[in-house]
Amino acid sequence: MTETNHFRRLMLLWLIASAIATPLVVVLLGPILPPGNGSVQASGHVTDNTVLLGMATPVFLLVVLYLIYAVLNFRQQSGAVLEGPAVRGDSRVQTAWIVITSIAVLSLAAYGTAELVGNGAGSGQGPNPASVPAGKKLQVQVIGQEWAFTYRYPSYGGVETPHLVLPVDTTVELHVTSLDVIHSFWAFQLGVKADANPGVDNVVFVKPTKQEAFSVRCAELCGIWHGYMFDTGHVVSAPAFKSWIAQQRSVFSPATHYLPPYSTTYNPEPTVRGS
Amino acid sequence: MSTSAAAIPAPAPLWRRLIGFNLLTAVALGVGGYYLGWVLGHQVTGASYYYQADVDENDVALLLAYVLGVIGFLIGLGFLNYPVARALGRPPSLREKEGHGWTRYLGLCTDHKVVGIQYLLGIGFFLFIAALNAMLIRVELLNPTPTAFGPNQYLSLVGMHGTMMMGMMTSGILGPFANYFVPLMIGARRMAFPRIEALTFWLLMAAGFILTSTVFFGGFPTGWTGYEPLNDQAVMGMDSYIIFFALVGVSMALLGLNMIATIVTMRAPGLTWSRLPIFVWSVFATSVLMVLAAPTLIATLLMAALDRTISTSFFITGGGGSSYLFENLFWFFGHPEVYVLALPGFGIVLELLPVFTRKPLWGYRLAVAGMLGVTLLSFFVWQHHLFVSGINADLRPFYMLSTEIISIPTGFIFLCVMGTLWRGRATYTVPMLFCIAWTFNFLIGGLSGVFLSDTPSDTDTHGTFFVMAHFHYTIVGGLVFAFFAAIYYWVPKMTGLRFNERLAKVHFWTMFIFFNTTFMPLFVLGMKGMPRRVVSYATNLVPLNRWVSINAFLLGLSMLVFVTNAVYSLVLVRRRAEQNPWRSKSLEWQTATPVPVNNFEKVPVIDSDPYDYGAPVGAHGVEPLPAGG
Amino acid sequence: MGKRLLGVVVVTAVFGVLIGLYVSVWATQLPGAVTAPTSGAGTTRTANLTLETVAAVGPQLSPQHPDWVSYLVRDHGRWVRSTIFKLPAHALVHVTIYQFDGDSGLRNPFLSEVGGTVGGTMAIDGKSVRSIDPDTASHTFVVPQLGVFVPLQGVDDNAKNQCGYAPCPLSQAHHTITFTFRTRGKGRYRWQCFVPCAAGTYFGFGGPMQTFGYMDGFLDVA
Repeated sequence: MTETNHFRRLMLLWLIASAIATPLVVVLLGPILPPGNGSVQASGHVTDNTVLLGMATPVFLLVVLYLIYAVLNFRQQSGAVLEGPAVRGDSRVQTAWIVITSIAVLSLAAYGTAELVGNGAGSGQGPNPASVPAGKKLQVQVIGQEWAFTYRYPSYGGVETPHLVLPVDTTVELHVTSLDVIHSFWAFQLGVKADANPGVDNVVFVKPTKQEAFSVRCAELCGIWHGYMFDTGHVVSAPAFKSWIAQQRSVFSPATHYLPPYSTTYNPEPTVRGS
Repeated sequence: MSTSAAAIPAPAPLWRRLIGFNLLTAVALGVGGYYLGWVLGHQVTGASYYYQADVDENDVALLLAYVLGVIGFLIGLGFLNYPVARALGRPPSLREKEGHGWTRYLGLCTDHKVVGIQYLLGIGFFLFIAALNAMLIRVELLNPTPTAFGPNQYLSLVGMHGTMMMGMMTSGILGPFANYFVPLMIGARRMAFPRIEALTFWLLMAAGFILTSTVFFGGFPTGWTGYEPLNDQAVMGMDSYIIFFALVGVSMALLGLNMIATIVTMRAPGLTWSRLPIFVWSVFATSVLMVLAAPTLIATLLMAALDRTISTSFFITGGGGSSYLFENLFWFFGHPEVYVLALPGFGIVLELLPVFTRKPLWGYRLAVAGMLGVTLLSFFVWQHHLFVSGINADLRPFYMLSTEIISIPTGFIFLCVMGTLWRGRATYTVPMLFCIAWTFNFLIGGLSGVFLSDTPSDTDTHGTFFVMAHFHYTIVGGLVFAFFAAIYYWVPKMTGLRFNERLAKVHFWTMFIFFNTTFMPLFVLGMKGMPRRVVSYATNLVPLNRWVSINAFLLGLSMLVFVTNAVYSLVLVRRRAEQNPWRSKSLEWQTATPVPVNNFEKVPVIDSDPYDYGAPVGAHGVEPLPAGG
Repeated sequence: MGKRLLGVVVVTAVFGVLIGLYVSVWATQLPGAVTAPTSGAGTTRTANLTLETVAAVGPQLSPQHPDWVSYLVRDHGRWVRSTIFKLPAHALVHVTIYQFDGDSGLRNPFLSEVGGTVGGTMAIDGKSVRSIDPDTASHTFVVPQLGVFVPLQGVDDNAKNQCGYAPCPLSQAHHTITFTFRTRGKGRYRWQCFVPCAAGTYFGFGGPMQTFGYMDGFLDVA
């Protein structure tokens, strides 16, 4: 068999397989990467992952189809033990590969950057966020401690609550901080993850779009109960939120009396070292 | 040999033969050093002499105990003998007086071939312990609430598994195979620093033992990354982790140094850089990473130890330090570390493929460029572990770019693999099977890495089982598969014995199948919201976790197939292997089996690279080359 | 030579298996569960749980860590160091805690308010309160999955007759705290203390806080 035959067959195989598989994968798998879709940021992740998957599928198929083809066709035929052709390289193939992979990778990086600066992509941006959505924002502080999250609402008298409730279709500015070790606030359906570092204010933006329950988990190992540091939050309508927060203010007024004034970071006592 | 019976003296009694600088003395001095350190530590901190009392938080005592124990251990093995002899004015000498027989393997031996086999067995032992921990982890994860182990003990199991595996696999290929074969492949009689070579091995063994001793002190809760400030809060078992990684860091740095010196200065005449075997190139690149990255780790751990003992605040925010400092310092080491794990895999696969496809390595320069590119770029990507930590938001596009770019040199390796397979005449021996499996596994690992390098995508998958799947695919699917390829390929040379072919094939197929059925679902688990290192998870994830656990047990059983094969073939049956069963043209296969002590009678003169296979293009139907040629 | 080699291999393998066994045994060490005495049936089921919190658990109850703080539970007339409590499902649990330890303070004063109990209150030495001064908190009893938050008042520093090593007799200085909460369905719930004892590390949460069986436990509801 001449060389072009193998190359042509492989290319044909690959193009057909990619043409079938990529749309299938993008349509079937894309929307559930990740499941949830509860916020603008989470929907952005789904789009992002779908694009990545669309680019990864042909690459995967190329290598896997090639391996299968090679294992089946490029082997020692029964009979004499022969040597293969003494080919040490092909500069056209190498150049083409370098150019194509570089273009693919750089365009992915550009796309990822565009997604990132668009709306912050639900990831913690530190005390000086670079991608700030426009408009009015509800400030909520997430306090991580060993081993539960509590939430403070500075615009509602600084009340602190053990569960997170957010109004739908409102841009929320979450300030994530920790009182002791590194935790990570991960609201799964909302597509939000921000590490809680002691003495640091980690800002992340989210705009919930569905009125549903969402699970909150700690995503950074913080000690014995890291696996149990979970909770359920709720996204509710704006009026329901207003009545909820008013009720929380009255229920937790004894605690609010003792709370320190709202601040983006805390350094609470006791902090005793030595024996 | 003299036949006069009267001239042979009676052997000394066993107890007298055991006195000297050997493993027994080393263990005794190690234990002695441990207790000395413990007592000194209590003296320094002013607490009680009795080691039972105040045993809760005396980190100074434990750290000192470990350090003095290791020093005693090394003295007992005889590592101080040469420096002391030189200080006393004796002339320099290359090697220790070497023993004979299998007792050489139990002490300080400066023959690089002995060190290679010591590494293989020693690392194998600790890998077995770490794998056992993995099985225990999967037992716990059969149920969504803690039922088997207490929550803090589970975290220690997780930490011990990860830490032991990372520490051991760092030298997983360089230790056994580079130590044994790099001098042979470059035509040298020894390595540049034989005593340091032996030192790296025994440091690693002492480290492994120290890490397993963490269970006596309550374990450690931080996982292998040892993040502050949790590190500072942890009980005494954390000190075992600190000393383990510090010793591993020293061992890594010295191993890398030795390799670089050997490869740069001791190549045979005619062996230019462009004729160097690709495996040796990968060892060189790995060594550069080791030498540059390990010191950061050692310094970081020293700072963590100071925080734990004398109340400094390097990493404690309230005291003026920063938890970010630890994360950045750790990952500045940590990212080159994972390329230390990946590069030898590249080297092994590219080295073995030409032998089994009977073709030269395709794209030699491209492969070297890929390895060197990965080495350089690996120092510029570490903050992709910190995308959601609250680092300066403007930095993230840069690290996203650098991490995406590092996939370009990695892609070169794949092109060279595919090019070498192209129109080759392959025989699917067990090493070749492992190479193909490597390609498949590392492809999946690498592609999932592209997802993780994209910051918006990483927001959902950071700290979840998706990351676990990614690195298990690259490290187990990549490095461990290459490790087994190297074992099946080179053990016939190291021992002169053949593996049982059928058992080897059973091992390969069960390992490949169960590896994929175990780790592929982890991608799904991560996407569905399961964080890492958790002892309890959402109830809807129970069926998937149970599937993963059962397949993990089956994967463990497939490893037992390998152990059975090893014991059966190498200990019981012991069938002789040919001198060059794979008909390789590489220099190490041109020596006799067993390899003589000085490797080559005459240092060879090299006139080509080791990939001189194949008929020239256009000459089809060429006569087969004579066997062994 | 082959036999010797085999001997070495076997010894090493046995060594490895022994290490594995030791690690497994160590990892499964959990205090035995203590069943709270139950009475009534169906929707009127109640259980009584009697606990005490002590400053130093003592060498009898914890030979490895005699100086650690700990929770103890009353089981058949004796004080036992166990933090796994068996409770009935959908039942009212009356909890009595004898608090012998001095105050440390709460890092998050939010936890100074009582939550999740019947009536939203607890009784300290008979007096019903909704919250305490966070600086006087010694320990807390919190079950996050049930929303139960109970801060425990600390013994004053100047109090006479403070308890040394546990178990502590009621004649020594203490506060008696009682509250009631309702359990839900079957499951293994966790409870923990939030006061960062075991200072010696900057944020506390050292030793007894991160070792199961002292300041952390399970409620096994069945």
